[in-house]
Amino acid sequence: MSNQKMTPALTHDQKLDLYYFMQLNRQLEDRLVRLFRQNKIVGGVYSSLGQEAVSVGTSYALEPRDWLAPMIRNIGALLVKGFKPRDIFTQHMAKFTSPTHGKDGTSHFGDLKVRHVVSPISMLGDLIPVMTGVAMAGRYLGQNIVAMTWIGDGGTSTGAFHEGLNLAAQQRAPFVLIVENNQWAYSTPVARQVPIKNLADRAAAYGIASKIVDGNNVVAVYETTKTAVDECRAGRGPILIEVKTMRMKGHAQHDPAEYVPKAMFDYWKAQDPIARYESYLTEHNLWDPKKKSEIDARIEHELDADQKFAEESPLPPAETAEQGVYCEGCHTIEAEWRRPKQDVMPPASSEVAVWKVADFGAFVKTQAVATQHGNRPGHAPRHEPVLSAEKKESISGDEVAGPTGKNQPATGDVAAQVPLRVPFGRGPKDRSVELERRDKVAERPPRHNKPPHKRRRR
Amino acid sequence: MPEITMLEAIRQALFEEMDRDPAVVAIGEDIGVYGGAFKATEGLLARFGHERVIDTPISETAIVGAACGMSYLGLRPVAEMQFIDFIACCFNQVTNFVAKSHYRCGAPVPMVLRGPSGGGVHGGPFHSANPEMYFVHTPGLKVVYPSTAYDAKGLLKSAIRDNNPVLFFEHKFLYRRIKEEVPAGDYTVPIGKAVVRRQGSDLTIVSYAAMAHVALEAAATLAKDGIEADVIDLRTLLPLDSETILASVKNTNRLLIVHEDTRTGGIAGEIAAIVCESAFEHLDAPIARVTALDTPVPYSPPLEERFLPNAEKVVAAARELAKY
Repeated sequence: MSNQKMTPALTHDQKLDLYYFMQLNRQLEDRLVRLFRQNKIVGGVYSSLGQEAVSVGTSYALEPRDWLAPMIRNIGALLVKGFKPRDIFTQHMAKFTSPTHGKDGTSHFGDLKVRHVVSPISMLGDLIPVMTGVAMAGRYLGQNIVAMTWIGDGGTSTGAFHEGLNLAAQQRAPFVLIVENNQWAYSTPVARQVPIKNLADRAAAYGIASKIVDGNNVVAVYETTKTAVDECRAGRGPILIEVKTMRMKGHAQHDPAEYVPKAMFDYWKAQDPIARYESYLTEHNLWDPKKKSEIDARIEHELDADQKFAEESPLPPAETAEQGVYCEGCHTIEAEWRRPKQDVMPPASSEVAVWKVADFGAFVKTQAVATQHGNRPGHAPRHEPVLSAEKKESISGDEVAGPTGKNQPATGDVAAQVPLRVPFGRGPKDRSVELERRDKVAERPPRHNKPPHKRRRR
Repeated sequence: MPEITMLEAIRQALFEEMDRDPAVVAIGEDIGVYGGAFKATEGLLARFGHERVIDTPISETAIVGAACGMSYLGLRPVAEMQFIDFIACCFNQVTNFVAKSHYRCGAPVPMVLRGPSGGGVHGGPFHSANPEMYFVHTPGLKVVYPSTAYDAKGLLKSAIRDNNPVLFFEHKFLYRRIKEEVPAGDYTVPIGKAVVRRQGSDLTIVSYAAMAHVALEAAATLAKDGIEADVIDLRTLLPLDSETILASVKNTNRLLIVHEDTRTGGIAGEIAAIVCESAFEHLDAPIARVTALDTPVPYSPPLEERFLPNAEKVVAAARELAKY
């Protein structure tokens, strides 16, 4: 991490909090599995066993004003955001007392007003443009928020992933995307989905920063995310974080995951995020067995009460199926302005409607290899661009300076959008370029006014 | 009152709503500096700036997704499809994310998705479509398709102020071809209300958008033969104003439905079902319909003419219906 210094250390209580949420996440899902076997769950149970550090560590880095949208395996993030186990129980059991009153299940619920949680849909990737919009709106309203969502390794192959991330990058949206690489898209391993080792490599193509972190180390996940959140809040987003972890169960309860090599399970079982964190807490004298059993007992107590509540809750009355398709005055829609409205009204908002194009898009010989990456955090060294002194001079002038204002949208000024890195471009020194040129010369018919042996060869 | 085109009416609605409410923002491809492919957003950027008039990459899914996300924070985004045909690119975002949001998790999406639709301009298979029925079949959306400048302005304002996602179809054939006087002040036209454009007692012609004009043209011809048609302009397809349709059919006892959408699965089928359910005993003749062919929209003028309904086809069908 490049900005480790900036990350405020977790307090003792916060460290115990992380354990609490991870263990709550695990024990809650453990109970869901049992309820599933008792036929008390209406739909599926999508286990996040082994991925608790991702949900908890990332969402713990957000502030209450920030927004998130969970995926199916991010129940831990919902708990961190303040939802109760009863919400998860009732959702899975399709009860009338659930946040969606039985209209949707699993982690498909949210709360726009208080907890700032957007409800996900099953189609992967769609949350990325939506959360980009959340980030853009938050900036527009002056709220200084950060928006975050997750995408699995499988979801990175969708069109919505590309469209959303590109818009976020173009807009410099305060948006953190967690790529939760749990090695499996249903039954298909990562290597069968994408030809690259690290999904974080995708970030380079969008001109945004990326980080890779051990997803089974909750402190590392938290610290990396916290740095990214701070960077985004300071207007240097978006940022993509790839967390390497492992889905320790099948896609859902019906799937025994026999396609996963046993040795792979064994490897990752030894990396269990909660066991590792327990050792960490013990080694650093952050708790003792008494404290641990206190927390565990608290979790048991909460889960007992909430499970009981859910089991005793009624199913929704059938007639409610017809209700709520439209908002017919049930919601008051009002934006929360944290900046003067007149800033976005004429005359303050008025501007000259012309594009400024910095270098006319001209081909510059050094450009193909020389790139600028601006003030962007957290790049792994292999992402560092090759920047020749000559090129540096030519692009460091005022004309192509990046956006100066804090958290300003990348808008009409194309100049502000120029400094994108092209780490993998095909430069003039590339062998393929040389070979192509030779081929062309060889194909050219000899000129009639010169003898063939005088044909210019390179 | 000055006479303005439908395009100008739409532009005025956008200007006035953005002037009225800073929560209204516009987002789409080439809508800012360029002013939109049809210039519906011309001048918006100069007045409201890049923060409120957002030129995007060519990413329909991102446009609709971002607009949805913005609306979650209380903004009222107006997203543009450069041509409404391109809405197919973001079908999932519209039908699964936006449309279901309020029902399944109580999150209203006060956004408008507008764009030029319809044929008659030789746009070919990808710039002429009328995809409204995909969305009429999607609970949670509202679908508006005006035929006049007055309605376009009033309905767009209603759409922007609505708490639900509204798909606002703008027939590009009508953009510059019709002109009418539109009051200068603020007014709205309610969503979900049809209007009777011409009164008659011999048969009812139900139509909308460009075909509303075709229906009126046909009605004028029919009047010369002594056939008086009640012409209803739906204006909104979802929710459908079945009351106005039923009241008219109960009076005329004959129903002809005209739409530019293709035949199978067009709104005519739904209207026919409603009338059969609720006014069957009032019908003196089978319900008739004049629609586009069940083909993609062809490019070459004689092919497109064959594809589209016109006044002659409507007159012919109406005469058959009247003498049944």
